[in-house]
Amino acid sequence: MKAYEMTLKQAAQALERKEISSVELTQSLLDRIGGLEPQVRALNAVCETQAMEAARKSDQRRASGEAKSGMDGIPAVVKDNICTEGTKTTCSSKILAHFVPPYNAHVIERFNAQGIITLAKSNLDEFAMGSSTENSAFGASKNPWNLSCVPGGSSGGSAAAVSAQMAPLALGSDTGGSIRQPASYCGVVGLKPTYGAVSRYGLVAFASSFDQIGPFTRTVEDAALALNAICGYDKNDSTSMNAEYPDYAAGIGQDVKGMRIGVPKEYFASEGLSEEVKASGQNAMKTFENLGAIVEETTMPTFEYALTAYYIISSAEATSNLSRYDGVKYGHRAEDFDGIVDLYVKTRNEGFGDEVKRRMMLGNYVLSSGYYDAYYLKALKVRTLIKQDFDKLFDKYDCILSPTAPTPAFAAGAKSDPMHMYLTDIYTVPVNLAGLTAMSLPCGLSSGGLPIGVHLIAKPMNEVTMLRAAYALEQALPPIGDPTFAGGDA
Amino acid sequence: MQVPISEVEKIAVLSRLSLTEEEKKKHQHDLEEVLALAQRLNELDTTDVKPTAHIQGVENVLRADEIRPSMDNEKLTANAPERENGCFIVPKVVE
Amino acid sequence: MTYETVIGLEVHVELATNTKIFCGCENKFGGEPNTHCCPVCTGMPGVLPVLNEKVVEFAAKAGLATNCTVANFSKMDRKGYYYPDLPKAYQISQFDLPIALSGHVDINVDGNEKRIGITRIHMEEDAGKLLHEAVAGTAVDYNRCGVPLIEIVSEPDMRSAEEAKAFLDTLKSIMQYTGVSDCKMQEGSLRCDVNVSVREEGAKEFGTRTEMKNLNSFSAVVKAIEAESARQIAVLTDGGTITQETRRFDDVKNKSYAMRGKEEAHDYRYFPDPDLVPVTLTDEQIEAFADSLPELPETKKQRFVQELGLPEYDAGVLTGERAVAEFFEGCAAEYSDAKKVSNWIMTDLLRLLKEANMEADENPVRPRQLADILKMVDEGKINVTVGKAVFEDVFKTGEDPAAIVEKKGLVQISDTGELREMIQKIIADNPGPVADYKGGKKKALTFFVGQVMKATKGKANPKVVNEIASEELNKA
Repeated sequence: MKAYEMTLKQAAQALERKEISSVELTQSLLDRIGGLEPQVRALNAVCETQAMEAARKSDQRRASGEAKSGMDGIPAVVKDNICTEGTKTTCSSKILAHFVPPYNAHVIERFNAQGIITLAKSNLDEFAMGSSTENSAFGASKNPWNLSCVPGGSSGGSAAAVSAQMAPLALGSDTGGSIRQPASYCGVVGLKPTYGAVSRYGLVAFASSFDQIGPFTRTVEDAALALNAICGYDKNDSTSMNAEYPDYAAGIGQDVKGMRIGVPKEYFASEGLSEEVKASGQNAMKTFENLGAIVEETTMPTFEYALTAYYIISSAEATSNLSRYDGVKYGHRAEDFDGIVDLYVKTRNEGFGDEVKRRMMLGNYVLSSGYYDAYYLKALKVRTLIKQDFDKLFDKYDCILSPTAPTPAFAAGAKSDPMHMYLTDIYTVPVNLAGLTAMSLPCGLSSGGLPIGVHLIAKPMNEVTMLRAAYALEQALPPIGDPTFAGGDA
Repeated sequence: MQVPISEVEKIAVLSRLSLTEEEKKKHQHDLEEVLALAQRLNELDTTDVKPTAHIQGVENVLRADEIRPSMDNEKLTANAPERENGCFIVPKVVE
Repeated sequence: MTYETVIGLEVHVELATNTKIFCGCENKFGGEPNTHCCPVCTGMPGVLPVLNEKVVEFAAKAGLATNCTVANFSKMDRKGYYYPDLPKAYQISQFDLPIALSGHVDINVDGNEKRIGITRIHMEEDAGKLLHEAVAGTAVDYNRCGVPLIEIVSEPDMRSAEEAKAFLDTLKSIMQYTGVSDCKMQEGSLRCDVNVSVREEGAKEFGTRTEMKNLNSFSAVVKAIEAESARQIAVLTDGGTITQETRRFDDVKNKSYAMRGKEEAHDYRYFPDPDLVPVTLTDEQIEAFADSLPELPETKKQRFVQELGLPEYDAGVLTGERAVAEFFEGCAAEYSDAKKVSNWIMTDLLRLLKEANMEADENPVRPRQLADILKMVDEGKINVTVGKAVFEDVFKTGEDPAAIVEKKGLVQISDTGELREMIQKIIADNPGPVADYKGGKKKALTFFVGQVMKATKGKANPKVVNEIASEELNKA
């Protein structure tokens, strides 16, 4: 097995048993990146020198029996909206194209404390707003399964990187599905932890009520190990959960006999759902039943309103979070301007892309006086109803199952209408509104050879149960294989 | 839901963006499209429903009043487009 | 047509916490620009605020000290607007659910008591400062960014500049007493925005109001109110109308000006800050805060009147500032004649502080030192005049009174023999005044007393001198 083919668990074991060194592993991944990046374009920056240096130090520690953790020496890709001290963090936006944070995000401090190496910064939709990574100011990333297709978004670069075996672990961020949808398109595992389980300190904010950092991995067990590395209380984040955190791998390998899985009928009845995705989802349900779980159709009446509520609330928070980009303290500043107001306007006009501007306008509209009650406040009330719907569901069920996205990955440029793009998040956004945890894992391939994902949702702080179900399903389903890098330009 | 161009202009000012005439029309269209969807939220009766601004239901996250070291001025201003004598420089502002 | 002036004030008070409201940077006035800052208070990408518990405590105490209802539930909101001193382009403040509501403060103007309502008090973060000394452009200093503020909004209950000043004095005093703020306007820890309107006497509706910001002293507030009131009355008398606007007051020219350029009506787009969770206080916690408040100025003043028998005016002066009241109490603990202590404070201490341009809390004299002086006077060791001079010396040098008296040889001369000799000599040398005295001008006695005081450099015991001089003159 090549080093880059190793899963996170395999790599950790190999390092521990000294079957491989961190330097060898890191080099293998860097070589893999060098070979594939021209086609996949998953990464904004590769931290080659720092990564090799960190790998050397890791090996030294291990040699003297002072490994910082079981993951010491594991390289990981980090989405480029997570602040890495001394290394550019651009959010794939012109306005932060040269921004070098003077501090590390909390998750990066956790990485450092465990010896996990930041290998590269991955591409994303600008400021995490998008579902295809086509909104990146630096060019779109490609789907390793078909290079003329999108990898999904906004964490498309991280999903593609793990899918292409550029790293056994990548961090993304999920605000309305930005980890789960690209995971589904790229045939990897993507998990959004419970809101508050991973510190947001250092994650460049998009929608503060919804944003969460989470892992991409190639197996479910890897995702559990990743959660152990990144979850935990942070006193610098007022929304960080001050609670007991479990060993996230505790449920791996346990059976799912008697586990109750609810499938809201509204999800499988929605208009844009492709037949193949529907069939794949139904296959997953059947598989669960064969494993002894109880799969039942149920209902979620507020489902159809979630997307709209999400767009109103997230745009409002986004516009506020992005107002700080003004050319004064950091980031891009326009060259010619006449006075401070002109400085702001020119800088922001030049620095932001279309999708960001679109959401900014919507956000300011719904917050402006005269419209606040009708839109923003109404959306917050609808959010309460959505949460209540989920509470009722979790009274009866351990997990909820749905497709992750209505279709497999679409062709680059295919969804030019923003509304069509927004609809790809239809199954994922309710989770963020309610602060739940959810994940996507591969459950099949389309006739066109593109991965299809199934979406599992659990109530807050119930990742262990969700991972238990996901693992059982993963083990029972045939593997989908490796990406073919087909299509696209030669 | 109609959004007059004058509204689009007002919102652009609040957003500190400047739009061409064509862009204004585009934003007008995009806004109207989303707001039309937003109207559908009125199908839900939210009369006695409290808005959820914070999903976790947590209160009183506070920290002790203890001093922590500030950031070195050089590091703090390293990303500034223009700086002088430890300050961030902007065009002349008349107060 | 007589007009009535209506005034409302919005007072921003910087809280005397150790650290800023949302980060651990030191809350300290001054310093080189951008040296008390961190990524949080300069609004860098990815940072998050965490609320300082002391800010909640101080804000609640400020509310309790001004008779407000402290909220069991309040939350933080974002107030969005663009200005270079605001790094996030929003200020974290409180909009619809502030920490305190519906209080009042009682003021006294020329012996008339009046109650001024307080609409609300809320917590918020301060913005940075713009420095205009840059070579080209304006320099921004974020040191002050994130300093915790409470904004105290009064009801439009004031009807004169004097009432406004009395309100500010009283509010400042209360804030100092609670320890919530040192309220030093010259350091910006107390700032005041003034809303002024006028209306015909007897009218029920309020007139259109204008706002004046950035007034940096209480006297500027007074002048601004008077000038603006006069301006509005003049406009209305001429048949014009008042435009609702923000005006800048020029302290030197004693005039206000409409702010230049089109004043954009601010749509602050308030919404609950998603990064901060609500603040809840139980009734027990609020009560505990109330119990921990020190005796407030009004209560202390009444106690001075009732228990110590001080006149209302004196009690008012002594309790006006916490530092003065504490000095008084410290001294009165060691010396029982409260009226005497009060007099010395009012005539001497306050004068010396004013002359030295010092705040009451910078007073270098310790209470015991005044008590010692008063005791020495009672014992006859020094006379009152000398005592006052010694007090001034203590103020200027910090040395103990006894040491000063010793060093300068100021002990009062009460030796009757010595004095009698002196007096006899003066009588012998001054036949004229002696003749005056004998001729019936009893007032001529003061000449002889004066001469003795001169000869002894003021150290003679005046009472004894008087007695002996009378005796000797009668004999002569």
